[in-house]
Amino acid sequence: MAKVTFDESLCKGCGLCTSVCPKKIVVLKDELNAKGYHPAGITDQSACIGCAFCATMCPDCVITVEK
Amino acid sequence: MKVFEKPQALTDAVLHYCPGCTHGIIHRLVAEALDELGVTGRAIGVAPVGCSVFAYNYFNCDMVQAAHGRAPAVATGVKRSDANNIVFTYQGDGDLAAIGTAETVHAAARGENITVIFVNNAIYGMTGGQMAPTTLPGQVTQTSPYGRDVSKVGYPVKVCEMLSEVDGAAYLERVAVNNVKNVKAAKAAIKKAFQNQIEGKGFSLIEVLSTCPTNWGKTPIDALKWLDENMLPYYPLGVYKDKTQNAE
Repeated sequence: MAKVTFDESLCKGCGLCTSVCPKKIVVLKDELNAKGYHPAGITDQSACIGCAFCATMCPDCVITVEK
Repeated sequence: MKVFEKPQALTDAVLHYCPGCTHGIIHRLVAEALDELGVTGRAIGVAPVGCSVFAYNYFNCDMVQAAHGRAPAVATGVKRSDANNIVFTYQGDGDLAAIGTAETVHAAARGENITVIFVNNAIYGMTGGQMAPTTLPGQVTQTSPYGRDVSKVGYPVKVCEMLSEVDGAAYLERVAVNNVKNVKAAKAAIKKAFQNQIEGKGFSLIEVLSTCPTNWGKTPIDALKWLDENMLPYYPLGVYKDKTQNAE
């Protein structure tokens, strides 16, 4: 099963990952990280297909994808 | 099994770029290419002046920082001192296409066996969004508030088209990083540019169309759309020269 993890401390909340997810499960969270940005996260881990599109578009290497 | 993680050729330093700046994607593609070709240990990068000046903190290989625009000249020296080095420059449009035009053209004309990564975002980023040589006709910047007027300040410099007439250049390709498909194509192009150097095929330049959300005044997602709608028609993607097929 695919697993995607976000290193929220690195995230700048640009949202590029949210725009490319085919399952629309990557969103920006309401809370803030230490940098003061809304970090990206995943709403439904079980729906993830491990395509790594989010990680491909992430400029800050926040995302690790396992399958 | 990990299908995607940070490449070894990037350090743990946190990138200083603005949110959504595609420099981060391009750094990662270069690092992935170095890792996959197994040359990170003998790679030497040349950082430019501009937003990407701190590239020397981000790549896990030896780095030099050149005077503004002089990266291809410095890379020439590094490569000629020991041909076993894998030498690349990482330059923006203000560095490569403005103050560094002469160094770029002559490094290509000499056919130096180096790899040039040219990041084109059509604006001066670090200095606050002034008009660059690559700024599109009509594009609004800090120093062209009514849009670039080509009757007064001339036309953008198309680097790949220009260098395609230089006999010494071996491989020229323009790619973009505005969507997943284009990022994957950009990765393949960058890897090929390094492969060319390993095989001694000569001067390779990859022009990567990039965004500058901060100075374009757009959200990161809108900036990708703006690139797609405005930059791609003016700067068509593709291979502009490929001498590597016939090279010995």
